[in-house]
Amino acid sequence: MIYQIVFLLTAFKLIFISLYHSTDFEVHRNWLAITHNLSTDRWYYDTTSEWTLDYPPFFAWLECGLSYIANYLDPEIVKVQNINYESGMTVAFQRLSVVFLDFLYILSARSCSNLVENGKLLMFILLITNPGLLMVDHIHFQYNGFLSAFLLFSISTMIQGKYLQAAIWFAILLNLKHIYLYIAPAYIVYLLRAYCFTVASTDGVHTAWYSFSIRNLTKLGIVVLSVFAFSFGPFIQHLPQLLSRLFPFKRGLCHAYWAPNFWALYNFADKLLQKILPKFGIEIAVSEASMTGGLVQEYNHVVLPSITPSVTFILTVLSMLPALVKLWYLGADIRYRRINFVRCLTVCATCSFMFGWHVHEKAILMILIPLSFLAILGDVDGRLFLLVSTVGHYSLFPLLYPKYLLPVKILMLLTHCSITFAYVPSLYEVPKAKGGKRRGFLQLPMLGGFESLYLYGLMGLCFFENVLHISLGLDRRLPFLPLMMTSVYCAFGVSYFWIKYYHYFLTFNLSKIPTKVKS
Amino acid sequence: MGKKSDWEKIVITKDIWLPGVFFALLVRWCVAAYPYSGYKTPPMYGDFEAQRHWQEITLHTPISTWYRNTTHNDLNYWGLDYPPLTAYHSYLLAVVAEWLYPESVRLFASRGYENEDHKLFMRWTVFLCDIYFYVTATICLCIDTERIKPKDEKNVFKRTDIATALFLLYPGIILIDHGHFQYNCVSLGLFMWAVFYIVAIENDILASSCFILALNYKQMELYHSLPFFFYLLRKCFINVPPRRKLYHVVSEFNKLAIVVVCSFIIIWCPFLRSWDNVTQVVYRLFPLKRGVFEDKVSNVWCFINVFIKLKSFYSNEKMAKICLITTAFAVLPSCMDLFFRINKKKFILSLINVSLAFFLFSFQVHEKTILLVAIPVALHLPEDPYMCFWFLLVSNFSMLPLLLKDGLLIPFISTSFIYLGVYNIALKLSLPSAGLFTFLNANRVYKTIQKNKSHNSVFLKLVSLYFFVSLLGMFVLTLCIVLVKPPKNLPDLFPLLISVYSCSHFLLFFLYFNYQQFCIPKCLPELPKLKTK
Repeated sequence: MIYQIVFLLTAFKLIFISLYHSTDFEVHRNWLAITHNLSTDRWYYDTTSEWTLDYPPFFAWLECGLSYIANYLDPEIVKVQNINYESGMTVAFQRLSVVFLDFLYILSARSCSNLVENGKLLMFILLITNPGLLMVDHIHFQYNGFLSAFLLFSISTMIQGKYLQAAIWFAILLNLKHIYLYIAPAYIVYLLRAYCFTVASTDGVHTAWYSFSIRNLTKLGIVVLSVFAFSFGPFIQHLPQLLSRLFPFKRGLCHAYWAPNFWALYNFADKLLQKILPKFGIEIAVSEASMTGGLVQEYNHVVLPSITPSVTFILTVLSMLPALVKLWYLGADIRYRRINFVRCLTVCATCSFMFGWHVHEKAILMILIPLSFLAILGDVDGRLFLLVSTVGHYSLFPLLYPKYLLPVKILMLLTHCSITFAYVPSLYEVPKAKGGKRRGFLQLPMLGGFESLYLYGLMGLCFFENVLHISLGLDRRLPFLPLMMTSVYCAFGVSYFWIKYYHYFLTFNLSKIPTKVKS
Repeated sequence: MGKKSDWEKIVITKDIWLPGVFFALLVRWCVAAYPYSGYKTPPMYGDFEAQRHWQEITLHTPISTWYRNTTHNDLNYWGLDYPPLTAYHSYLLAVVAEWLYPESVRLFASRGYENEDHKLFMRWTVFLCDIYFYVTATICLCIDTERIKPKDEKNVFKRTDIATALFLLYPGIILIDHGHFQYNCVSLGLFMWAVFYIVAIENDILASSCFILALNYKQMELYHSLPFFFYLLRKCFINVPPRRKLYHVVSEFNKLAIVVVCSFIIIWCPFLRSWDNVTQVVYRLFPLKRGVFEDKVSNVWCFINVFIKLKSFYSNEKMAKICLITTAFAVLPSCMDLFFRINKKKFILSLINVSLAFFLFSFQVHEKTILLVAIPVALHLPEDPYMCFWFLLVSNFSMLPLLLKDGLLIPFISTSFIYLGVYNIALKLSLPSAGLFTFLNANRVYKTIQKNKSHNSVFLKLVSLYFFVSLLGMFVLTLCIVLVKPPKNLPDLFPLLISVYSCSHFLLFFLYFNYQQFCIPKCLPELPKLKTK
């Protein structure tokens, strides 16, 4: 069945070739040109285009490899001066490169779904038909599917107990895109606990400190460091320049469109207080940039204290700490620690999404992909997956702003939801006996009444943004209102998910009904 | 999901048809993002402009002059040439358009009006019509297919979810309606409702009124009219009581006649003031002077034209007579068979045969008209997946030159593969050992619908080989028309090759489907039980 589904999906991906693509398309074309024409020591210095190379070296090497094919097809693609070059061949080549690199993601999804017993195919389908990936990669244009392949490979090798391999996969991933540093703590803690301590535990709780294996630690260190050396070695003289490209802290707290996280709520509260406080007679200093909302990236808070990068960093680390400590203790049990590693990974991704500096809305995929894996393995994971996958994908809508894509986005989400809401509950819900508790009217499977109401609210939100907002004439006065509403509304959902899932992870103990993972 | 840890375990255990329907709608909107016919090509533009122009005309001119050449209505510039229902529909849309985009329906000033928002509005109108008429009819028909299926029959193509997905994803109608831009979904949707009333509910009165609506939306629905006529006529003669035979037959017939005449009168009401009006409309609907075919069409006349230049031999009137006679001969066997050896199963086959005969032999055929044949074939697909699937692929392929002109190459490739993909999934569901190329193997495909028979005939092997060669031919021709520049003295070489290639297929399919129809024995349809007081 997987071949048939992959065939169908690939055929479907072809239809997006001539559709809208964002500036990321030009970004990647420029990178093709840079890596093709310049010597490696100029890669991170070139500023011909405003879209400078800001991904780690491995990704640059990938572009370099692709550029040779591009050069063969149309030499104009790889000329540095050809800014905004967009011939039919360029579009076809770049789009097809995403489609082909996605096959690696499909392989990784297969290796992950091979690990489970129940719902193999469902997991495979959930992973590869992720509408977020379709929207971001195949319409917006990026290579997230290819990158997620490395994440999934590392997860699947980790679950199989091949720790060194998992470490290599993850190290490569870090050198492809450094945003995955956010989930590195989970890897560090887990590899230390599970690999560097050879004895799992004597009583299932305490750490067997005596079993610490320096040999394993050295092996791990050598493997990871050699990957990094391989990647950064050629650039050793340009390291400061490279790092300044990778970590630009000159950007604002939030992206132009606020990602649905804690800071969206924070900004919203700031705006709200700005409106409310004068009514209680409290004067506030009004700055000019404050009212333009989403337009300016540099955004100064008026009432609440402004946020600096260090604050977000500390908050992110602090929010991750309890989960990491919990992972350390869960690591004592050899049977279930693997799945809890993936859970911790998801928690870390969510923490960074909630509190990170300049988070992109696309980063939600880092939560959704491991969670689609977990959705098959536990009922609470499945339940929360239903909630957050709907909200998370909805929050990606502003990314594709052309009007004609609206029905495409909505129907893509509806197709996804109709699959998840039909099949995920069928894994966990036993057929109701007569006279048993029945679901309420319009209540979604596995979800509570309030949660269902929240999801139905998305429909209202969508209707307001696309119909009412324009017909009420608000688009002139408050052009950014829909964006703010989407991000705030979705931020509530993501925060709810974060709290629920964190609570679930922290209170998880082995007396709960275990889910099966083949070792 | 079952308990076994098995890749091949069938995942879709319940009949959940929502994902399939949503996916089909999604594909429609992806196609709709591509350009329409005549996009940015003055001075005449294309079918999109025609539809917009009709809105403009119906909104601003009095109803009696819609079909007449007046100072306000230049019939040479996309004059109305569809029956009144299309005109009313255009008027309805025009009212909405005037409210939303008044610029788009200004008399004269709006010619060649092109605006992205307006395009989106027009796309929405097609989409909503599609959902309202076509999608609903499809779902009802597919539910009925599963309902009347015998319990022990394990035909995967009769499952509601598979059947709806496969039906709705047929690329031809998606590309023409949502890409090229037309409202075929309305007339075909109404036609399918008529079929539904006959096949599922046996309500002949609703069926005939639905069909009259379809006929008054597009006169091309005449291709379907003969099977309706003969089937309903024959039904008047069954269950005749022993006494007062004639009275019974006449009263049954009158019921239908009254419905048909009344619907016609209601629809044509505004034009009935004078006889002159009616003839003018009819004259617009059946333009004799436009010649036997315009572009390259995959029918017999275009085929013959390759060898003998018909237009230089015969005048249009003479040609029309020749067409009429040949068409009559072509439809005769199927219609007579339906009439004398009536069977409900024959009805759809007869629709295929008659419409295909019209397509192949009649006068003034467009390449898009193949959709009228394709829809009954898609209805027949659960009974005979292999041949119907093949036909549908060929029918889609025969429209390739048209689609290329509109810049719809990518959607054409993608939707064709999507359709193949869904078909493959369906095969995989019933044959766990199926691979990606099982669809080529006739023996194995027929095994999915009749499990107990052993399928290993040499004939079917030859058919499979032929299918493979035929697909290869389509593939090569597609590559040629896209990549190879035709020689200068033959600019239309590849479109012509495509139409000749498709036509030769259609002729064989015509024989095949006729044969299939004759193979079905006579069986009187059960009449609904009469209420006894």
